[in-house]
Amino acid sequence: MRHNHSKSKPRLENIALKGLTLAPSQVFGGVRLVPVLRKDVREDLRLTRRSYDEDLAAVQLSSNTAYYSYIPHAFIADWSNDGSPAVAYGTQVRSNKSTKTSDGKVHDLGFMTARVMKKMRAREDKNRLRFLPMDVSMEGFLSLHFGGPDVAWEEYSRAAIRDGLSPRSESSIPGRWIKGLEDALRVFEIHSTQVGSLVFVADALASAFIVPHPDDYRALHATLLTDDYGELLYYYGLYAQENTILPDSIDPNAVHSLKDLRAEVTRVRSDWSKLHSLMSNNLLECPVRSEMVYNMGPFQLHRFMTELNPKAENHIGEAIVRKNGTLEYLKSYRLSAAQCLRAYLLMQLANTNWSLEACAKELNCTRNEFIFRLENAGFGYLLHQHVLEKARSEKR
Amino acid sequence: MTHRIPESLNDDKKQLREHCEREDLVMFVNACFAATRQNEYYTDQYKTSVSIEFLHQYVMINYRRLYARTIAAGINHFNQLQIIFNLLQAGSPADLTQRSEEGALIAAALRALPANRVYALFERLQKNHVNNRRTRAVIKRYLEWRSEPAFDAIKYRNKYRAASAHAHTKLDDELGMFLFDLKKHNKYQTPLLDKYRQAHYSATAIYELPFTVAESLAQKHDVPRDVFLRKIEHKMTAAEKLRYQSSAARTKGAKLDFDLGRASLTRLALYVLSLHKNERLERADELHAAFERATQQTLARSPLSLNRVAAVFDRSRSTMGSREKRNRPLAVALASSYLLRGAATEYRAFWTPSIDNDAFEFLTQPAGQTTLANPLIDALEWQPDLIVIVSDGYENDPPMIVDQVAQIYREQIGKESTPEIVHMNPVFDADHFAPRRLGPTIATVGLRDAEDIPTMLGFARFTAGTATLADLEQYLAIRVNRMLNSDET
Repeated sequence: MRHNHSKSKPRLENIALKGLTLAPSQVFGGVRLVPVLRKDVREDLRLTRRSYDEDLAAVQLSSNTAYYSYIPHAFIADWSNDGSPAVAYGTQVRSNKSTKTSDGKVHDLGFMTARVMKKMRAREDKNRLRFLPMDVSMEGFLSLHFGGPDVAWEEYSRAAIRDGLSPRSESSIPGRWIKGLEDALRVFEIHSTQVGSLVFVADALASAFIVPHPDDYRALHATLLTDDYGELLYYYGLYAQENTILPDSIDPNAVHSLKDLRAEVTRVRSDWSKLHSLMSNNLLECPVRSEMVYNMGPFQLHRFMTELNPKAENHIGEAIVRKNGTLEYLKSYRLSAAQCLRAYLLMQLANTNWSLEACAKELNCTRNEFIFRLENAGFGYLLHQHVLEKARSEKR
Repeated sequence: MTHRIPESLNDDKKQLREHCEREDLVMFVNACFAATRQNEYYTDQYKTSVSIEFLHQYVMINYRRLYARTIAAGINHFNQLQIIFNLLQAGSPADLTQRSEEGALIAAALRALPANRVYALFERLQKNHVNNRRTRAVIKRYLEWRSEPAFDAIKYRNKYRAASAHAHTKLDDELGMFLFDLKKHNKYQTPLLDKYRQAHYSATAIYELPFTVAESLAQKHDVPRDVFLRKIEHKMTAAEKLRYQSSAARTKGAKLDFDLGRASLTRLALYVLSLHKNERLERADELHAAFERATQQTLARSPLSLNRVAAVFDRSRSTMGSREKRNRPLAVALASSYLLRGAATEYRAFWTPSIDNDAFEFLTQPAGQTTLANPLIDALEWQPDLIVIVSDGYENDPPMIVDQVAQIYREQIGKESTPEIVHMNPVFDADHFAPRRLGPTIATVGLRDAEDIPTMLGFARFTAGTATLADLEQYLAIRVNRMLNSDET
C-alpha cells in the first residue's frame, strides 16, 4: 500500500463504533449475525446499490494497469454538504438504459459478458459517487508491493524483474457457498434502527457491514450473500455448530423489585454488546493502516488494513467517515490464512530490500526454508528456476 | 440366576420410567397441536415432515392406546389424519376392548373432520396399498354415513371413485355408472348427476354445481371470470367466499356478498392480514366489529371466563410465517388478543415490538426483533392472574432471558402471588420435536388456532410438569369419553 504521509490528508487510525451499539446476536446454524444499531440517524448521506449482471468487470486504474473482477454491484453514495436530507438514488425514477451507457460499456463476448469501466470510483454528479464495494480495498491489497523487487538481485527471475508481480490475483468465495449463511440472512429479524451487521461464521468474524441509514440497510441486507469471503470461512461454515455463548445471567441477589429486574435486563443487553466487541477485537478498536481514497464533501472514503500478522485474524476493508469521526459506512473482508501469509511475506521482503538472506534472517529461518515458504505461498514464479532447483537438491 | 434388585432402586427406576413416558406423551400431544407437514419460517417442509412422522411412529409403537386416544385431545386435523392413517396401516390390535375403542375413535374423528380431508385420506390409503379388512370397513361405514353421496361423487369425484374401488363398496347402479362410465350414458335419474353431465356440454348448467366443480368447467366453456363469479355466488360456501374475496375484488365487475361475522376468529384474522394496509385502515370499524362478533360466537361455543389477564404477543419478523402459512403466527396472536379480551374481566395486551395503543391491533405488520423480557416485566407490573405469551419461541433480544425473568420474579418478588405464565406457540420446531420452549419455568403448549385457547389452558399443566402420567391418562380418557358420547347424541 502506498503510504501518504502528507499531513493534509486525514488518516483513519482505528475502526471505532462511535455512535453505534451492538445488539444481542441472532444465531442460525453456524452463522451468528450481530445487529449494529445507530442512535442518531442523519439523512445527509445515503447509500444505494446498482447491480451489474455481467460475468466480469474490467476497471482501468492507470494507463498500464487494469483490475479485473466479478463485481455484483456498485454502491452509489449521495450526500449533501449542509446536512440536509440527501435523496436516496433508488427513490428516483430512472431508466435502466441511461445507467448502462453512463457507467462503463457492456460487451457481450458470446461465452461471457464483460463490463469495462474507466474508474474504480467515479463522480457521477456533484454530490454523488459511484464506487465498487470491497474492490476498493481489494485493489489496495493487491497493489501491495505490486512492483516486485526494487533491486535486481540475481535470484529473481527475469519475468519478475521485468513485470513485477503482474498479474497478481487473489480468489475468494461467494457468500452463497458458506453453509447456512443464506438461511441465516433470510430468517434474521432486522431491528428498526439497525444500520449494519457483523457476520460471524463459527464465531469467527467474517465481515462487518455498516451503512448510514436504516432504510439503506434493509435494502442492502441481502447483499451480504453476494459478497466475497475468504476461503477459510467456507471451511469454518462446514464445521460450524449451533454455538451458544451467553453473558452472565441475571443475578438473583441483585433483584429486590421490578425496577431492579428491569435494570438487570438492560445490564444483560449491554453485556451482549461488550461480548460482541470482544469477539471482534481483531477489527474494532485495533490499529489499522489506512489510506484516504476519496474526498466527498463532509465525508471521506478510506481503505484500511489491519496489521498483517500471519498468526491472527486480519481484515482489509473500506470506510466512509464523517468529519467528526462517526463511522458512516464500513465493509470489511477477512483475509484467509494463505492471503495473509502472501501479503506478510511480500512485506517482509520489501522491508529487507528484497534480499532473500536478510529476510530469512529476519524470519529466523534458513535461506532455503524461506525459498520454500515463498514457493508454497504461490510466489515461486518470482525466483529464478536454478535457485529453486538448488534449494530442492540441497533439501534432498 | 436372578438378582434381587433393592427396593429403593426399583422405585427410582419406576419413577424414571414414568417420567420418561410422561415427557414422551406430553411432547407428542403438544406437537400435535402445532405441527403440520408444511414449511415454517425457520424450518423447511422436508425437515418438519421427517420430524413429525418419526414422532408419530415412535409414539404409536411404544404407547399404542394413548396414541389412539390422542385423536380426542383436540389436536389439529393434520395430526388426526396422520394418527388414523398410521392406525389403519398398522392393523387392529388383538385386544378386543382396545380394538373397539380405536374403531369408535376413528369413526367419530372422521365424521367430525372436513369431508375433503377425509377423502384425501382415503386416496392416500389407496396409494399406499393399505387395504386390510378394517380399512375397508372404515371407508364403507363413512361412505354409508354421508347423507348426499351424489354431491360427494361430484365434488370429490376422483377421490370418491378411488375410495369406493379400494374398499369394494357396493354403489347403487346409477352412482356406479356415473363414477366409472360417465360418458356412456346420456341420462341420469339423480338431478345432480345429470346436471354434471349436462355441464360438460352447456355453459348454463354449471351454475347448479358446487363452486369448485363449476370453476374448472367454466374454464372449459370460456366463461368470463366476472360473469362466472356473479352467477355462481349462491353456490359458494362461506369459506370459499372468504377465500375468493380479494381475488374477486381484483376482477372487474364482480363483488362477493359476504358477511365477515360468519368466519371463524383465526380465519378472519388471516383474511384481514391478507388485506393491504390502506384497505385495513379504511375498513377499520367494519373489521373491528367483525372481530367482536367472531369472538362472541367462539365464546358462546366454548365458554371461557378469566379474571385479570395480560398477554404478551410477538409480532416480530418471523410471525410472517412461510409461503404456505402466510402470516399465520401473527394471525393467531391477533385472534388470541380478541378472544382473551372477550373472555377476561380485565385485559391488557403487550405487543413486541410495541405498537400504538390507540390504533387497532390488526393494522400491525410483522417487523423487528423478538424482545420478550421487557413486555413480560410490564405485564408482571400490572399484576394479573394469568399471563399468556404467544410467540414462536425464537427469542433474540436478548436471547434466553425471559425464562430468567419469570424465574427470578417468582423467587424474589412475586413469591406465592406470582401469576401463572403460559407460553402458546403456533409454530412447530422440527429439531426438538415440539413447539420451541422459552425455558423450564414457563409452560409451553402448541396452538393451532386461537379457538383452542380454552383447551390449551387446560393442557398447560402437563407441560409445566406438575401433573403425573396418571393425570394425563385420565385427561385423555375424559376427552375420549366426551368425543365418543357427544357423537351419539
